[in-house]
Amino acid sequence: MPNQKKEKHTISVLVNDEPGALARVIGLFSGRGYNIDSLTVAPVNLTKKYSRIIIVTSGTKIIIEQIIHSLERLIQVKKVIDLTLGNSTSERELALVKVTSKNNKINLLKKTAKKYKAKLIFHNSKKYAFEITNSPDIINSFIFELNKIGTIDVSRTGLIAILKN
Amino acid sequence: MHGAKIVLKSLVDQGVDIIFGYPGGATLPIYDELFKQRKLKHILVRHEQGAVHAAEGYARSSGKVGVVCVTSGPGATNCVTGLADAYMDSIPLICLTGQVPTKLIGNDAFQEADTTGITRPVTKHNYLVKNVQDLEKIIQEAFHIAKSGRPGPVLIDLPKDVQNEKYIYKGKKRNNKINYQPKANINLNSIKKAITLILKAKKPIFYCGGGVINSGLEASKILTKLIRKTKFPCTNTLMGLGCFPAINKQFIGMLGMHGTYEANLAMHDSDLIIAVGARFDDRVTGNLSKFSPFAKKIHIDIDPSSINKNVKVDIALIGDVKIIINSIYLQLEKNKSFLKFENIKKWWSQINTWRKKNCLGYKKVNYPIKPQFAVERLYELTKNKDCFITTGVGQHQMWAAQYYKFNKPNRWMTSGGLGTMGYGLPAAIGAQIANPNKLVIDIDGEASFLMTMQELSTICQYKLPVKIFIVNNKWMGMVRQWQELIHSGRYSESYTESLPDFVKLAESFGIVGLKAEKSSEVDNAIKEMIKIKKPVLLNMVVDQKENCFPMIPSGAAHNEILLGPEDKTTDETINEEGMVLV
Repeated sequence: MPNQKKEKHTISVLVNDEPGALARVIGLFSGRGYNIDSLTVAPVNLTKKYSRIIIVTSGTKIIIEQIIHSLERLIQVKKVIDLTLGNSTSERELALVKVTSKNNKINLLKKTAKKYKAKLIFHNSKKYAFEITNSPDIINSFIFELNKIGTIDVSRTGLIAILKN
Repeated sequence: MHGAKIVLKSLVDQGVDIIFGYPGGATLPIYDELFKQRKLKHILVRHEQGAVHAAEGYARSSGKVGVVCVTSGPGATNCVTGLADAYMDSIPLICLTGQVPTKLIGNDAFQEADTTGITRPVTKHNYLVKNVQDLEKIIQEAFHIAKSGRPGPVLIDLPKDVQNEKYIYKGKKRNNKINYQPKANINLNSIKKAITLILKAKKPIFYCGGGVINSGLEASKILTKLIRKTKFPCTNTLMGLGCFPAINKQFIGMLGMHGTYEANLAMHDSDLIIAVGARFDDRVTGNLSKFSPFAKKIHIDIDPSSINKNVKVDIALIGDVKIIINSIYLQLEKNKSFLKFENIKKWWSQINTWRKKNCLGYKKVNYPIKPQFAVERLYELTKNKDCFITTGVGQHQMWAAQYYKFNKPNRWMTSGGLGTMGYGLPAAIGAQIANPNKLVIDIDGEASFLMTMQELSTICQYKLPVKIFIVNNKWMGMVRQWQELIHSGRYSESYTESLPDFVKLAESFGIVGLKAEKSSEVDNAIKEMIKIKKPVLLNMVVDQKENCFPMIPSGAAHNEILLGPEDKTTDETINEEGMVLV
């Protein structure tokens, strides 16, 4: 097989919300040596008991094709969609960032948060926690800037996106 | 009705009449119900791995689903090798495992193991039944999953309390919607494109695998008709042997690492490969970058994930082999005036030149017995008996594949994908139970045989007239061969020290033991083995140094095939890249 360029893909996997479904999906990736860059999972249809798993992975075109076919082969998988720039909305992620900083930096902190449209969701004398929803790149740079202001603690959901049609 | 009874009722309603198993604490309710009924026959094996291989042999020789029942913990973990084997070779199995009561799961209870967790990567699907209400539906679904699409093993983990709880059994009244429906949309356009390629081809070849066998007897028949009609040459994979008759002149032998010279060179030089139910396995393709550089490829497979996995193909036809081959056949009938045999005349004369090399030739001597001679004579003396052959893994397996000619599907049972030593004896048990009046022969190596030989006791208990044909070279022959060719003869741990006296061993189980040490004794020994209507073990003591040829060293291309010991390996054929491959 000729050496091909690796591409990043976001794959949406609709699964039955049953025990073992997530383990099968993840096991497929680890067992066959595919990468997982980011993973989110949550129930999306409570009556039909479906969950959606969104996986960001990278590989050559052939590998991505393999990943999709192998996922479709799993019994609990209902639908696999390769979310691309063309067919889906832009990618979103939510992050909570807590900063511990000295008093003299508070103004800078607030200015940065405003610039990134991050919401202050908690604070006391030394600690400030922000919520930000944006593309992973912008969240990265937000975190990068806050890191210069004080010690930080980050919790991220992983990336999600949805089909346009 | 108790859960345990629901299990057995469901099995009977699925048409099961044989279970292979071994009881234990967590399956006692099932075994108690088993005791009270007469519809299901239970075959008691001596090790759970044997139960799974026996079920595989049963499934492969009968086309039915094999059923296994074992206990929790060690019972389930002992099944793992067999399940992995069935998964790799796409064999439909249902494996029922006992489990500790639901309340104790996760408590490190006695004989507890996370069975569904352990077996997840080696089964097509698995279930942990937590409610007796779900039991019937799950079993029904499990059979459907095991059989449909690309078949495979399905495991159902049954906690002991679920086996004891009561619930109603709906049976045939139940109208269950089963969610799992494998995709199959046959694209007529692609079939037409395939026909165009077939009509144009000057150097075509059919490359057929286990998928044809799995698709059923009808698939082999239609495929044979199609191949005859086209007059194209046909090669089979190890798993596909028997799907096209080996005695047909268009059959050019098995391909791959130990395939024939003509099959491998034809694959290399061809301009059109029609892959039918085969998956371009690494044993078949050799060096991928040098694999069939000139060929257009048509790939027929039921599993979309097999397409473009190893080799990029030009036309993919996804679906059941039988249906696709049939529609190709019908289309070709319409266009038969365009099928020009002069197109492939040159191709056949080329193939016949390769054939003249007689790549399966070997030196005939009286002592020691050449293993090829032993298998060849076995074939000659049993060819009119519609035999079922099983094997272990190693040199003897390859010799069996090369020298035993299979003309019907479901007659050849060998561990292809996983390469499980010890497969032969238990698989022969399963094949014999499925075909009680047929001659079942386990062509085994002494090392493979030793891995599961406790099943001699099973053979004895059920008076199964299985013939065990041990090609005994006192070495783990294939390991020894690789050590000779690739590791400069450093025979590290590949000699089997302290072998038992096989004749006495057989006799201790009430099995007739025979032995042959000279070529002149071979025929009589085989004839006697067949004549005795009881289980027989024939210890065929063969040449210890014989290697299995032809051979494509790993990392080499099809046209770099070695024909024999005179064909010295050069540094070019076995390079560093090849050495790291298996």
